[in-house]
Amino acid sequence: MDNIIEVLELTKRFGDFAAVDNISFTVKPGEIFAFLGPNGAGKSTTIKMLTTLLASTSGSVRLNGYNPVNSPGLVRRSFGIVFQDPSLDDELTAWENMEFHGVLYGVEKKLRRRRIEELMNFVELWDRRKSLVKQFSGGMKRRLEIARGLLHHPKVMFLDEPTLGLDPQTRNSMWTYLQKLNKEEGVTVFFTTHYMEEAAKIAQRIAIIDHGRIIAIGKLEELLGETQTTSLEEAFLKLTGSTIRDEEAGAADQMRMRHQVWRGRR
Amino acid sequence: MSTIYIMWLRELKRYWRSKSRIVGSLGQPLLFLLALGYGMGSVFQRAGEGNYINFLAPGIVGMSIIFTAVFSGVQVIWDRQFGFLKETMVAPVSRFNIMIGRTLGGATIATLQGVVVFLLALIPGFRPYNWALMLPAVLVMFLVAVLFTALGTAIASVLSDMQGFQLIMNFLVMPLFFLSGALFPLSGLPAALSLVTKFDPLSYGIDALRELLLNQGVFGLGLDTSVLAVVTLIFLAAGSYLFSKIQI
Ligand SMILES: Nc1ncnc2c1ncn2[C@@H]1O[C@H](COP(=O)(O)OP(=O)(O)OP(=O)(O)O)[C@@H](O)[C@H]1O
Ligand SMILES: [Mg+2]
Repeated sequence: MDNIIEVLELTKRFGDFAAVDNISFTVKPGEIFAFLGPNGAGKSTTIKMLTTLLASTSGSVRLNGYNPVNSPGLVRRSFGIVFQDPSLDDELTAWENMEFHGVLYGVEKKLRRRRIEELMNFVELWDRRKSLVKQFSGGMKRRLEIARGLLHHPKVMFLDEPTLGLDPQTRNSMWTYLQKLNKEEGVTVFFTTHYMEEAAKIAQRIAIIDHGRIIAIGKLEELLGETQTTSLEEAFLKLTGSTIRDEEAGAADQMRMRHQVWRGRR
Repeated sequence: MSTIYIMWLRELKRYWRSKSRIVGSLGQPLLFLLALGYGMGSVFQRAGEGNYINFLAPGIVGMSIIFTAVFSGVQVIWDRQFGFLKETMVAPVSRFNIMIGRTLGGATIATLQGVVVFLLALIPGFRPYNWALMLPAVLVMFLVAVLFTALGTAIASVLSDMQGFQLIMNFLVMPLFFLSGALFPLSGLPAALSLVTKFDPLSYGIDALRELLLNQGVFGLGLDTSVLAVVTLIFLAAGSYLFSKIQI
């Protein structure tokens, strides 16, 4: 197989509004691919269509060779995902959330128990494994979501702003872990982030999406060359334009983070 | 199999941990049983219908089951709101099994609730005429519970927000409960009301319970259980279809 992800002329409309507007791109097996764009650009919507959560308006998708519309089961067997929005069961304990995921994904018991302990130690939540998730802070919940996402080792790993609200320590060790997974098991990594340094450092290829359209795609050097800039941040700003929009985006981002923290403390 | 089990287990754990939900959902049936049982008891007796507490108890058991079951089914809306639904919807297992696990979990809870209400009804004097029929009575409770959990799941699968929940409670569960003969005998009703009660699946559930616990059925156990079984299958089919089509 040439490409593990193949997207052709994919469109998603909500009413008249095109959240994703005729995008095409491919990702090679074993690649680490960053999907960047301002708030509301259509990143999460694209991921939802790739992961069988949302039907597209038109266009086609192939993930690991399968079509999410015709064979959702085979597609679901091919990927793992860390969502942008919370997706834990607050009424279960941290350990139960992990165990639940492991059972759903058919991770064999001995391996499951070993990995749960390993990953919960890794995100420093092993001591809190018996606490109900509703007692966790926003950052702790995020760490648990990431540990849970790593519990099984799929062909493709989707991470939608995985590092949002995480402290730098956890952020670093998470990327180290993912890079190791990528190298040792050839897991393809598809992620979004608003931290440009992160994307520049981790990603082997980058796509920039704005208003539902892909406006640039390529290796970091290629993007820098095209835009005649010296950093991804500059290139991103040049491509996605107006400073006002970016300030708005920044504010929205902060709001969302505050919201997450607030939700965590409730 | 493991999918069904883990979904079932989740429902039970969540239920067991929300003590307020347990207490709350026992309070209401108890209030109905005591207030109506003692309040209407003498009128009922004078009308020659016998002991009202006895008559009412199976109806109140049915009431606690329908409320708990629909409420469990409707948890899909909560899971959507709090995001957990996504986690189950991308899992590499069939959504049919997920739906069945959820439904069996909700139905188990509703049945437990029904049994507890049954036991509580013994305090003000309710007595089944034959204790040996307790087991089939519990099976009927479970069938009714599956039926209404599946109904709740089916409806919740097409609703996207909490507002829908009040709508379901007010325009579906309340009428189903009041028109089921939980509170009044199904025989000797005005023709129109009698017809309506025949379209309410809960009528057959409560009738079957009265047959088994009091030997006082109207439709006959055969008809009761056939109707319940067929409607349960229809709701399970509809529920699992709609659940499998959920988009986030
Ligand atoms: N269910 C929906 N109904 C209507 N509009 C929607 C829906 N989901 C997303 N949208 C719209 O589609 C656009 C793209 O949203 P999306 O969540 O994909 O953005 P994003 O790139 O992930 O942004 P962010 O960086 O903020 O996460 C937004 O304008 C959003 O308002
Ligand atoms: Mg997003």
